Amino acid sequence: MADNQKLKLALYWAASCGGCEIAIVELREKILVVDQVADIVFWPVAVDTKYKDVEAMPDQYIDVCLFNGAIRTSENENLAHLLRKKSKVLVAFGSCACEGCIPGLANLNDRQSIFDYVYLESPSVDNPNKVIPQPTYQMPEGEIHIPKFYNTVKTLAQIEDVDYFVPGCPPQAPQVWSVIEAIVAGNLPPKGSVVGANEKTVCDECKHDRKEKAIRKFYRYHEIIADSTKCLFDQGIICAGPATRGGCGSLCTTVDVPCRGCYGPPPHIVDQGAALLSAVASVVDADTEEEAARIVGEIPDPIGTFYRFGLPNSLLHRARLVKE
Amino acid sequence: MRKITIDPVTRLEGHGRIDLFLNDAGDVANAYMVIPELRGFEKFAQGRRVEELTDITPRICGVCPEAHHLASTKACDAVYHVDPPPTAKKLRELFYSAFFVADHTVHFYILGGPDFVMGPDAPVADRNILGVIHKVGVEVGTRVITARGKAMDIIGMLGGRKIHPTFGIPGGVSKAINEEERQKIEATAGEEIEFGLFSLQLFKDIVLGNKEYLDMILSDAFTMPTYYMGMVDANNKVNFYDGKIRVVDPDGKEFVKYSPNEYLDVIAERVEPWTYLKFPYLKKVGWKGLETGKDSGVYQATPLSRLNVADGMATPKAQAEYEEMYKTLGGKPVHHLLATYWARLIELLYGAERLLELSTDPEITNPHVRNLPTEKPTEGVGIVEAPRGTLTHHYVTDEKGIVLKANLIVGTTNNYAPISIAVKKAAQAVIQKGKDITEGMLNRVEMAFRLYDPCFGCATHTLPGKMPLEVRIYDTNGNLKDVLKRNL
Repeated sequence: MADNQKLKLALYWAASCGGCEIAIVELREKILVVDQVADIVFWPVAVDTKYKDVEAMPDQYIDVCLFNGAIRTSENENLAHLLRKKSKVLVAFGSCACEGCIPGLANLNDRQSIFDYVYLESPSVDNPNKVIPQPTYQMPEGEIHIPKFYNTVKTLAQIEDVDYFVPGCPPQAPQVWSVIEAIVAGNLPPKGSVVGANEKTVCDECKHDRKEKAIRKFYRYHEIIADSTKCLFDQGIICAGPATRGGCGSLCTTVDVPCRGCYGPPPHIVDQGAALLSAVASVVDADTEEEAARIVGEIPDPIGTFYRFGLPNSLLHRARLVKE
Repeated sequence: MRKITIDPVTRLEGHGRIDLFLNDAGDVANAYMVIPELRGFEKFAQGRRVEELTDITPRICGVCPEAHHLASTKACDAVYHVDPPPTAKKLRELFYSAFFVADHTVHFYILGGPDFVMGPDAPVADRNILGVIHKVGVEVGTRVITARGKAMDIIGMLGGRKIHPTFGIPGGVSKAINEEERQKIEATAGEEIEFGLFSLQLFKDIVLGNKEYLDMILSDAFTMPTYYMGMVDANNKVNFYDGKIRVVDPDGKEFVKYSPNEYLDVIAERVEPWTYLKFPYLKKVGWKGLETGKDSGVYQATPLSRLNVADGMATPKAQAEYEEMYKTLGGKPVHHLLATYWARLIELLYGAERLLELSTDPEITNPHVRNLPTEKPTEGVGIVEAPRGTLTHHYVTDEKGIVLKANLIVGTTNNYAPISIAVKKAAQAVIQKGKDITEGMLNRVEMAFRLYDPCFGCATHTLPGKMPLEVRIYDTNGNLKDVLKRNL
């Protein structure tokens, strides 16, 4: 396809929702500009290239591969290795590839418990013979294969060498555009950088008025009607803004909903959940240690709150497996 | 027995595959639509704060997150036994109407439309959105991008984000709209109605005006009588956001009409060992395998299904189009699968008309958009119509609102059995012994699933929609005998 000097671009989705593809569609008219400067040599969702064609490409044939989605199955992993080999620059695109995102919450479970629930215990399932999908199954007409479902969701960088990271669930269109401009201009920062985001936190982009915090009770956001001019965190609603990299424009707080942290940890922070927990602990207004413990202890589902988007990439990584 | 593998079927999220088996005579013996993917949302929903499922479950699908967000929010209303203020319900429906306009637009123009506008046998290089633009003009292409974009802007205005919006809260929505915002929505709604009418005219000119297409729509290969499912309002008119779920039998007679909390009386799911996706079916009819007709519990939940179950559309222009469709196709219910395209455009027009109605509702800028839950959370079911079918979210919580159990029956999942049957039927009709398998034949097989706009593939609502196919033919010993390729 690409016999000219145009940039050779590839896009792929592993375990993801398709929102990162729509993030590309949200470029709207600019997608026509992308078409002028780049040849899309692989994009299963829209372009006519297949796995075997990628296999047939010379190594490093692809200039830039935007890889979205986490690593959930053997198929995801195989494609990650293949695309690394064939690409000069491999970009982890979006929260799933960067951090594991919401599908990464499955690291609180394992394959067996997920299969048991989905195929045996779920209220609408009718499965008296206890059928479970099998990687290989012999049907009357022949054999049928499906990929292996792993115990653990991994990020792209946990299984392959990644050049750049574009955070966000999904990355916002203006940020996607700035990344594409940088790629086309050859103006990329040092390897390993986060691109398409800011160097500050979501709080720096939020329009709500922030004051000194002194929290005596934390609320779930449906429990109170918050003052829409004031910082949600100041009002006792846990907001991941202080522990989240800026870049989205603080879109959730513009409709008075707290940030959940989809842009990942801010610069120089390794573990977003620990950072958010620390932010929470620092604003508690308690006279005694017991009272502080009670106020923080009342926060339900800490792991789903503090590690909503980044469990696989965090220091915790996953719940302990009995055996793997 | 020969095995033909269509892999990957790229409009199924890059993770779908069709395995066709040919018997020794060269006819299609069976077809398996294999879904090799699972993420386990229902399991890791356990332990979460239930209100957070409004943010977590949309990550099932970034193409229709609006549907999951609202089904989840409604399930949370039910869990907390809280009834949102009227304006909150209207804002949710307004938001959702804009979503239907955006979503149906891209399916018609980018995903499915090219098959008709360019023709199923057109050169592959032309059978995509760019080909469509060349044929119907650049101004139409711009109009499509604008129509979708403006509907997405309404989603962003209300939902905070255009992808994975976040304004639904148990008991209401997070924010009211002001008069300035209302005026913007009203102006857009007017344009979307014009766009809906224009799209229907285009469909009539290009598709219905062509005898070959009409014959194809009416052909046996694309005709499949099953039960149909869809949401209706109190007058049995189509509704996307709220109402009861009505199921009609293949003769069009009401089989059941149920409230969300009764869904388990109606639907059960079958597990097969060769695919990760489950097959829902009507419990009282029973699972009889991948079969159509009155004795099989297989049902469809599509735009055409919604029109088949309803007594009409609640807005005037869409109602006129509804009547015309049934008159043209010989009355209700319509079993011609490709009429789904027509139904989808009628729904697009309805969405635009509903957007206008709601944007001019005197209550729509009322600032009272939240009721605080006061009761203990227990259990709840929320249902909306996703563009690709009835979407059910069911949550059970402890007394603190922590999720104990979650069950989700997703739009496209409803259609898993019918898609499988449609693919097999189309393959049997077009692939016959002694005939070379052509690209146009394979495209007709694709058209059998493309008409469902499978959710996994809705992100194809983007650039040229050329689906690559590779057909591998094996002999009975599993040796590769031949490879047929298209778009490779």
